[in-house]
Formats: sequence, structure tokens, C-alpha cells
Amino acid sequence: MSRETEAGEDRLESDIATADARASGGDVAVQVEGLWKIFGRNADRVFNSDLRQLSKTELQAKTGNIVALRDVSFEVKSGELFVLMGLSGSGKSTLIRTLIRLIEPTAGTVRIDGADVLSMPPRDLLEFRRHSISMVFQNYGLLPHHTVLQNAAYGLKLRGDDKDSREERARATLETVGLSGWEEYSPAALSGGMQQRVGLARALATDPDILLMDEPFSGLDPLIRRQLQDEFIDLQDQIGKTIVFVTHDLHEALKLGDRIAIMRDGEIVQVAEPEEILSNPHDDYVRAFTQDAPVARVYSASTVMEDPDVLLYRWQGPRAAHTELARAKHDWAFMVDKKHRYLGICTHDLVDGLIEKKVKSIDENDLDRPEPVSPDVLIEDLFGLVSAESYPLPVTDDQGRLLGVIRPRAVLEALHTPEEEGSDA
Amino acid sequence: MLEYPEWLRIPLAEWVDAVMDWILANLGGVFDWIGDVGLQVLLAVEHALLFVPWFVLVIAVGALAWRLIGKWTFGLGMAVMLLLVGVFGYWVEAMTTLSVVIVSVAIAVGIGIPAGILMAWSNPVKRVLTPILDAMQTMPSFVYLIPALMLFGLGRVPATFATLIYAIPPVIRLTDVGIREVPGDTIEAAKAFGANRWNLLFDVQLPLARPSIMVGINQTTMMALAMVVIGSMIGNRGLGMEVLLAINRVQIGKGFEAGLAIVFLAIVIDRITNAFAKGRPAKVTDAGEKTTLKG
Ligand SMILES: Nc1ncnc2c1ncn2[C@@H]1O[C@H](COP(=O)(O)OP(=O)(O)OP(=O)(O)O)[C@@H](O)[C@H]1O
Ligand SMILES: [Mg+2]
Repeated sequence: MSRETEAGEDRLESDIATADARASGGDVAVQVEGLWKIFGRNADRVFNSDLRQLSKTELQAKTGNIVALRDVSFEVKSGELFVLMGLSGSGKSTLIRTLIRLIEPTAGTVRIDGADVLSMPPRDLLEFRRHSISMVFQNYGLLPHHTVLQNAAYGLKLRGDDKDSREERARATLETVGLSGWEEYSPAALSGGMQQRVGLARALATDPDILLMDEPFSGLDPLIRRQLQDEFIDLQDQIGKTIVFVTHDLHEALKLGDRIAIMRDGEIVQVAEPEEILSNPHDDYVRAFTQDAPVARVYSASTVMEDPDVLLYRWQGPRAAHTELARAKHDWAFMVDKKHRYLGICTHDLVDGLIEKKVKSIDENDLDRPEPVSPDVLIEDLFGLVSAESYPLPVTDDQGRLLGVIRPRAVLEALHTPEEEGSDA
Repeated sequence: MLEYPEWLRIPLAEWVDAVMDWILANLGGVFDWIGDVGLQVLLAVEHALLFVPWFVLVIAVGALAWRLIGKWTFGLGMAVMLLLVGVFGYWVEAMTTLSVVIVSVAIAVGIGIPAGILMAWSNPVKRVLTPILDAMQTMPSFVYLIPALMLFGLGRVPATFATLIYAIPPVIRLTDVGIREVPGDTIEAAKAFGANRWNLLFDVQLPLARPSIMVGINQTTMMALAMVVIGSMIGNRGLGMEVLLAINRVQIGKGFEAGLAIVFLAIVIDRITNAFAKGRPAKVTDAGEKTTLKG
């Protein structure tokens, strides 16, 4: 793996470091071999006959059976984030569910941490689900009559932990997902993004060896999705779980995956690291996936923008700005007025100068002012703007209000398709 | 030639009679025993209702209604309606009627919810129960009086039995419907964390089916009240008996009073069980997306 990293992007660097560590060492955590799932009547008979050689559509026309998984084999190393990607109906959800037997496969073996999952008697299967593995669902699957805290503690309750210890643990987990203070609310009072944080907390509370995630962020709108992805990356850096992650979004797969498996009609077509998938697609299907998901052409500025880490308000004096800036990652920050309209970028130097001169207010004409862009601008068109710019790009609506900012790096990440291979600044 | 041929008749009536005879001959003791116990329970409930001073009950019902709906006018309305039953001079009869309703509904719920759970869990059970429940609900209600009469004789015990049979279908059906309508996602998520069948039932299925089950209990209660009145035909005292007597004696005014008393009792019971079904108006605290401005 020879990805060059830009200086200053420490998160990316540490990502690669951990990914390398994982790739080199690591035992096998999940091992799947010859897994089949045929839906419909007489699935076993279909499997044991020549009929199973038929393609998915042929078989469906002939007998009505649906082949959701066809001879799937792969391994996931301990601590690896393994992404399953494919079009709708390619079998991703079926595959991830067979790993804990929410769906019983027709044939094949699944070994998780050495245990043969498919031959477990019911009691062992329950214990396995309670202790070793957790799942996060696209539709959250929270219990609506329980509070956020009770939801987060549900796995611990099933496993028999007493009330005090499970609530203590659930509180701690809710804190790691940024939900302190929401413990006593009903899930219905939370937005989608927050509900999924509860789902994540519930999954992490049991401290499982393996985490299964079926399109956890797909139901969220782009800004929230990005935010959760970013936080999830940070979290995974700390906890280093083995994760099987389903998505149909190439961008998400490239961002999160240590390795990516691409599925089509129930088969795994290619398993490789993100770079390899992009630079060396196994066949036209995979190529179509990577090119046809013309990230830069489809995605607009709104999908890559983020919230600024620190925001200054014009009515704050230089001293207040100074304190706020101390919290910022950089020595500058975006400034807005009362109506949240974008004014410009206020730097540390400017503020220091004003304080020295004992000036009480900040004049907006003194601010640096990179030209804002609209949220609808395509990423393709941002490329020229960001490479020249040292500051992030402000995104404003038609009233001039600041919606978010775009880091240059985010644009480069989004543009990272095979054509740009090597042209990485 | 054109008359209905005798050979195309099935002597179903004789068969049913034979079955009833057999039951009485062989299981008569069992039914006697059930009848005795049932009577004791019914009397105990009635005594309890009459032991409570009338004004305490009126105030308690008003307060309960107020708490459930959260409007004092509603509580007052319910209390006044119950009071009117006494004003018409039917307090004791109303309590007798109420005791039969309470006992038959309690038994109906005790049998109906487990039956509904079985029906939701198993498609074969559903296939067997559905036509039976359909038949039970289309049968004219007084038909149930016949076997009740044969098994338990005259009085409030057979009336309770007939009421139970007549009123049980809604609670079974709506328990089944409520459980089957629990979203698959929620069930799946609970399973993924290691929920077994009983965890699923008590943590997910019953709580989420609660509104539906409560509607079932409400319907069962209303049907029970309707049937209790008909039960007066086999000697069940209470409001129904008063109506029946008034009809026989062509006392229109009295019949009207007794009829109104039944209507008021029905409204009070309906509104209160309905309020239980809807649950307390939930406080849903709204919260926007919490954007953690993290670095
Ligand atoms: N219970 C079922 N009965 C019959 N066919 C099913 C069932 N569940 C899934 N399938 C079929 O199996 C195939 C794989 O479905 P699956 O849900 O695994 O796809 P997916 O990749 O998760 O798609 P999506 O991106 O839409 O979630 C599809 O053709 C689907 O129609
Ligand atoms: Mg899916």
C-alpha cells in the first residue's frame, strides 16, 4: 500500500497506519465459505440439483426461487473494517444477516472467532448473539416504548446484567456517541441521526468482538451522514473492532473500508483494498461501479461540506474572538453576522493586532474573504477553486447565510477516481 | 315431488342434543363445581361494588376519567352519568350488571390474550381459530343462552358464561393483529441482541401491540354489556331484567328509565376503557438535530 498523505492531515495518516497494522498482523475473525441462500419453496431441493447452476433470473423464472447468495467465500481479519458493496438486491443484507442467522443460509459455513455459527444449537446461538456480536440496522430498530438509556442497555439486559451495572455501562456508551443528556428521552423525540447514535450505542454497549452494520447511515441526509461517518472513523480508531459494513455508496465504502467486497447477483465479484478497486477493477461491473458512480459529477458541494469547528459572531469583540479561536484547530475561523450571513475569515493575527491597539470591535472589511459557493455547485467544478485556496470554501445560500465549509481535502477525496490516480496533489 | 325431501335432511339438532346429553351425564359434576365457584366469585364482586358507598364510586369514576383524559369536564361528565343511574333508582341493579361484566371480561381477557398470542405465533392456529371466531361473531347472541342454560341452569352464572363466549372474539383477534403488526425491523433488532421467544413477547410484541389489545378489551367490554342485558332472559338480575319486566308489563316509562340507565353505564365504561386504550397523551419532547461542532 503506497498511499501518499498530505502533511497536516493527521487523521488520514493514522488511518493508514492502523490499516497497515491490521493488514500485516491479525487473525481471521470471520471466515465464510461456500455460502448459499436460496429463497422460496424447496430451497434445499433446488440447491441439490443442477438448477442451482442457472442464473438468478433464469431460476426465478423457472421455479420462482431467488438465489440471494451464490457460493460466497471471504475472510475478515481481526480489527478490519470490511465493506460489502453492491447494487440493490445484490444480497448484501442477506449476507450480513446469515452471519448471525437472522436468515438461515441454505448451505455453506460461517466461522466467527473460530466458532462454527451454523451448527450452534439455539441456546449457544443466543449466547453468541448476546456476547460476541452486535448489529446496527438501517432503520435503527429501536424499541419505541423504551427510553434512549433503556434502548442502549437492551443488549446488556438480555444478557442478564443487573440494572445498575447495565445502566452505568449504557450511560458511558451513550457518552462516547455524543448523546449525554438524552438518556431519558423517548427515541421518537430524536432526529434520525441521533436515533442511529442510539443504535450504535446499543451495539457497542455489549462490547462485542464483531460489529455488523447494514447501511447504518443510508437513511440520513448527506450532512448528518458525513458527520456520523467522520465520528465513526474516529471511534473505530479508538476501539478497533472487527466490522462488517454494508453500503451501496461508493464514497462511503472508500472512506471507511480497509477492504471492499463488491457483490453482484449474490456473488462476490472482487475483494480488494479501496485503491485496488479503483485502479484495478476486476471486470466491467466493478469498473462501472467506480466510474459510473461519477462522484464528482453527481455530488454537489452540499454533500462534502461540514460544519466549521468554531464560528465567530460579529458582535463579539476581539477578546471574545481570541478566546474562541483558542478552541479552533487553526489560527483562523469563519465569522457571521446576526442573521448567520457569511462575512469572512477572522485570523488570530488580526485579533491580536486589534487587542494591542485596544480596538473594541472587529471591522468586517478587515476580514479575509474567500468567495463563497452555492450548495448546488458540482464537486467537479470546485476542484479549481480549492486547490488554489488555503482556507476552506464557505458555502452560502441565496441570502448569503453560511451553510457549511468545504475542506480542500474533502474535495480531493471525492474526486479520487481512477482517472485522477497519481495526480494527487 | 317439489317438497323438500326428507332423506336430504341431516338430524343436526339430534346430534347436538346427544352431545349435550353426554356432556351433562359425564361432566355434570364438573359444571356444577364451576357453577358454584362462579357464583361465589360473582357474588363477591357484587358485594364489593355495593360495599363501596355510592358517592365514593361516583367520585372515584369521575377522578379516574379526569386523570385519564386530563380534562376535568370529562371527569365531571362521567361522574354525572353514573350518578343518573342512581337517580333513576337502579343503583343496585347496575352493580349486579357491572359485576357480571367485570367477571366475564376478566375471564375473556385471561383466555383471550394468550389465545391471541398463540394465533399470532402460529399460522396453523390462526387458520383454525379464524373461522371459529367468525362464526361466533355472526351467531345471534341469544343462541349462546341455550348451552349456557343447559350447562348451568338459570341465573347469573349461565349469563356470565354466555357473555364470556359472546364477548371474547375481539380481544383474541386484536391481540393477534397487534402482534402481527409489530414492525419486522424491531423484532429483528431484538433477535440480533439475543432475545428469545419470551424476551420478544414481553419486551417487544406485547408492549407494541398494547394499543391494539386495549381496543380489543374495549370492544369485548361493550359486547359483554350488551350480552348481560340479553342474559336477563335466563334469569340474570340487573338492569336487563328491569327492561324485560317493563316490556312484559307494558310500563313504557319504567322501561325507558332502565334503558337509559344501561346507556349511561355503557357510555361510562366505553369512555373509560377507551381512554385506557389510547393511553395518557404522551409528552413528546421535540429535539432538532444536535450538531456537535467537533474539531
Ligand atoms: N425474505 C425474502 N424472500 C424472498 N426473496 C428475498 C427475501 N429477502 C431478500 N430476497 C431477495 O434476495 C435478493 C437479495 O436481497 P438483499 O436484501 O440481500 O439485497 P441488498 O443487497 O441488501 O439490497 P438493498 O441495497 O436494496 O438493501 C433480492 O433479490 C431480494 O429480492
Ligand atoms: Mg439491504
